[in-house]
Amino acid sequence: MLDFDILLPAILNGLSTGAVYALVALGLTLIYGVLHIVNFAHGSLLMLALYGVYFLYTLLGVDPFAALPVVVPAMFALGYALQRTVIATASHGREENILLVTLGLSIIIDNLALYLWSADTRTINPSYGFSTVDFGIAFIAVPKVVSFAGALVATGLLWLLIRRSDLGKAIRALARERRGAELVGVDVDHVYAMSFGIGIACVGAAACLLLPSYYVHPGVGESFVVIAFTVVVLGGMGSFAGALLGGFIIGVTESLGGLLLGENLGRIGVFAIFIAILLLRPTGLFGQRA
Amino acid sequence: MPRHHWSVTRRRVLGSAGAAAIAAIAAPAILRAQAKTVKVGIIHPVTGGVSYSGTQSRAGALMAVEDVNARGGIKSLGGATIEGLISDAQSKVDVAVSEIEKYNEAGVSAILGGYASFICMATTQAAAKHGIPYVVDVGTDDRIVSGGLTNTFRFSPGYGVFVGTAVSALRDINAAAGNPAKTAIVVHEDSAFGTGTAGLLAKELPGIGIEVFEVIKHPTPTLDFSNIVLTIKAKKPDIVIPANYYNEYVLLARTMLQQKVRPKAIYSVLGGGASQYKFVKEFPEAAQYIMDCNHWYNPKNPAALALKKRTEEKGLFYTYEVFLNYTAAMLLADALERAASSERAKITEALAASTWAGHFMPYGPTKFEHGQNTGARAVNLQVQDNDIKVILPAEFANAKPVFPVPA
Amino acid sequence: MKTPAIAAAAPLLALAALPLLLHSDFWLHFAIMTLYLALLGQAWNLLGGYGGQRSFGHAAFFGTGAYAAALLQLDFAINPWACMVLAGGFGAGAGAFLGALSFRYGLRGSYFALVTLAFAEVFRIVADSVPFTGAGVGLQIALKESVADFQFPEKSGFYAVILALTAIATALAWWIENSRFGAALVAVRENEDAARALGIDVDRTKLWAITLSGALSGCAGSFYVQYFLYLDPRIAYGVEVSVTALLVPLIGGVGTVLGPLVGALALRALNEASSAMTGGAPGLNLVLYGALLIVILALLPDGLISLGTRLRRAGRLSALGHA
Repeated sequence: MLDFDILLPAILNGLSTGAVYALVALGLTLIYGVLHIVNFAHGSLLMLALYGVYFLYTLLGVDPFAALPVVVPAMFALGYALQRTVIATASHGREENILLVTLGLSIIIDNLALYLWSADTRTINPSYGFSTVDFGIAFIAVPKVVSFAGALVATGLLWLLIRRSDLGKAIRALARERRGAELVGVDVDHVYAMSFGIGIACVGAAACLLLPSYYVHPGVGESFVVIAFTVVVLGGMGSFAGALLGGFIIGVTESLGGLLLGENLGRIGVFAIFIAILLLRPTGLFGQRA
Repeated sequence: MPRHHWSVTRRRVLGSAGAAAIAAIAAPAILRAQAKTVKVGIIHPVTGGVSYSGTQSRAGALMAVEDVNARGGIKSLGGATIEGLISDAQSKVDVAVSEIEKYNEAGVSAILGGYASFICMATTQAAAKHGIPYVVDVGTDDRIVSGGLTNTFRFSPGYGVFVGTAVSALRDINAAAGNPAKTAIVVHEDSAFGTGTAGLLAKELPGIGIEVFEVIKHPTPTLDFSNIVLTIKAKKPDIVIPANYYNEYVLLARTMLQQKVRPKAIYSVLGGGASQYKFVKEFPEAAQYIMDCNHWYNPKNPAALALKKRTEEKGLFYTYEVFLNYTAAMLLADALERAASSERAKITEALAASTWAGHFMPYGPTKFEHGQNTGARAVNLQVQDNDIKVILPAEFANAKPVFPVPA
Repeated sequence: MKTPAIAAAAPLLALAALPLLLHSDFWLHFAIMTLYLALLGQAWNLLGGYGGQRSFGHAAFFGTGAYAAALLQLDFAINPWACMVLAGGFGAGAGAFLGALSFRYGLRGSYFALVTLAFAEVFRIVADSVPFTGAGVGLQIALKESVADFQFPEKSGFYAVILALTAIATALAWWIENSRFGAALVAVRENEDAARALGIDVDRTKLWAITLSGALSGCAGSFYVQYFLYLDPRIAYGVEVSVTALLVPLIGGVGTVLGPLVGALALRALNEASSAMTGGAPGLNLVLYGALLIVILALLPDGLISLGTRLRRAGRLSALGHA
């Protein structure tokens, strides 16, 4: 039963989904690392981006991968605006309130989607949707292969941005020492909003890569938010390498869980890891003490 | 588009219920207006996990209401028209039950619909609390009609009949081909209908010489069948037997095609996508040769074919949800005619005594026992030449079974 | 600002007289659902309001109580009234279990919120997979309509029960405001380390709070089962219950005795109003809830119940010539 024939394809499938999870988690861990915001609305924003990609495809015929240059900046702008206007003001900067404000945002976004677009599950059917790449031991769907590659590229770009650009320097400075950054002239509100924006831009990229092999309905945000948090907590809040590794681990766990325990029980592996990490090692694999 | 003679109103809670409330506070009795219409609640899951089926169901029911009103309404009630009060069950039980309560408040004489077994089980019970006669449109779980509820009526068969027919048909089809099929995997959705059907299949299949390797369950919705198909690939059963709703059925078939898993047959029992023109049209390669034991109309009856044409002219596929709901609504209209009353108890009596023969289903004589029409029959179908053909029983068949699937 | 006993009791006494005035099923259902929400909210309030431990997974307790009530009467033929008491016990057990794990490992704030969410999801997944709980099919209670079976032919029976439960929960909240335990709990909320320095057993205090909270939630779950006669994993352990449980007190007035009642009424009224406007299209009412939550957090962090005080204070200030 547990022979290589089916284990290996399951692992490969898990790695490709895991890469996309990593991309989602990267945004979340950036937001936490810099702003110390536990962004509960992360999953809902992913859901919104997925709908965006869906409608671009069905109404304008734009292929999801080609939609990247549209969706990513749009999500960036949305993130920037949300942080600058809603989150910063409503929470009065109090940490316990930020979680609740982002919860409120997620409720609004999820249910607005439900009201506008109904609970029906939407999928797209691009011509390459069911084609596969033959890896010898397994047939992996083309969209999954592309999303795997895409997620790695995006991670690399993000790393470059943070490590090599001026903005990245400002972000890192702000994350480490807010007062000091302020004193050397960093525009705190602006950089905070930029960080949030970048985090949500990652979500936009993930949506483009995810939709061809996945689906969207208003409840998708809920399920993603926990996966995203699991990856971030597993990898360590604020660590990019952690988010990447964590993404792969969770992706494979989910896939193997589904294979071994069935579609109903399979998800339990992810939550079990989540609870275990929270209880036993809340800093995760690579995180520092918050 | 035909001119509408009926009015369909969306339930507005605060509106009529609020008015009723004011009346309740001000005066103990609510005066009923002279019945120029008979109110019938029509409830279906038009959004959520089974929304395609819900939407099709509603269309079928409303076409019937249109027809009844167009031919003069309920004559024994002085030409009263049927007023359909439509609501959305949202594929959720708690929502559906709330809608039943609202129907009671609105004073409906009967309720039709539900579609999904898991919804029907709760709605029939909620309606029973208020003595409202309830005609189940599809809901194949046999517990719906064996729970002792005297208000519940189902014209079409339950999964007991389907499994029985499917198993004996499979035995015959297998025998005619020299018994190439010896093993099977059942894939089912995890709510009432799927679980019940799969349970029965697992019990009956060994009796015809087929070993069931595994029974795999999945939730509705499930949007990735990679793992399930991997399991099927590893076990190599001769037949795969799905029992689920439309979206999952289609995805399973397509994933199997994608992963090059080709069993000797996909033989579904109440397969959600199997006998569906939508599936055949959109994914002909995946649908080719799939066999199904399902609801179907009598292909030799002109009224059935006329409704098919009319449905397709509306831009809809002629699916079982459409003709079952049409039939169920007509059954109710006939009962209203014989009851000559809009009182719930009289309508229930009329339904229980019904021998209605004015339908186009391939059934025996109508007779209700404990709410189930004992004349109801299941039929075997197969997708051939991008069309759905009846392969069994012989009296309605218009094609021969192709088994095993050509390599 | 503590709520005097009479202010806490008066609304409940008034509500007791309600069925005598209302004969409409519709309004009785509205009142029942409002009180049910208040019960759920009050349960959360004990832990999240007075205790400051904000859980995002209260469904874990609610659902456990609901399943206990349903299974005990279906599989073990235990009288449904007794099942409610036992459901409270199971809810308390779930609370104690979750609390023991979380508090022992020092989880607070966002981490605590996340772990409760994870537990609720785990329970949901297990309930969805295991035949014992009916898995995806759910559990249906047979229609019996007899008081002995905890099913009332008239809605007023259900109303009496939920009013009693909510009264008990409100009394508990009032007791917390006026007892040593409550003082300790609030001290823990304000500053755990200082509380510990004062000699308060922080872990035990929090554990008691979560157990009580769980017990009430479990009772709410049992009531749901009796009123709706159907339960499945999504209803029992889904996010909707958890979110409702925290919305009610946060909007009404967290950490106050009557806040949950105010919040429940506000949410329920908003629900009906939005339903009427949209003809029942799903989602809009929750959008309004989310918006209301954000507005409250931004402008009225002490909840709707503080509106009166705020307006009075503003009035006084302007009378004195201040802005």
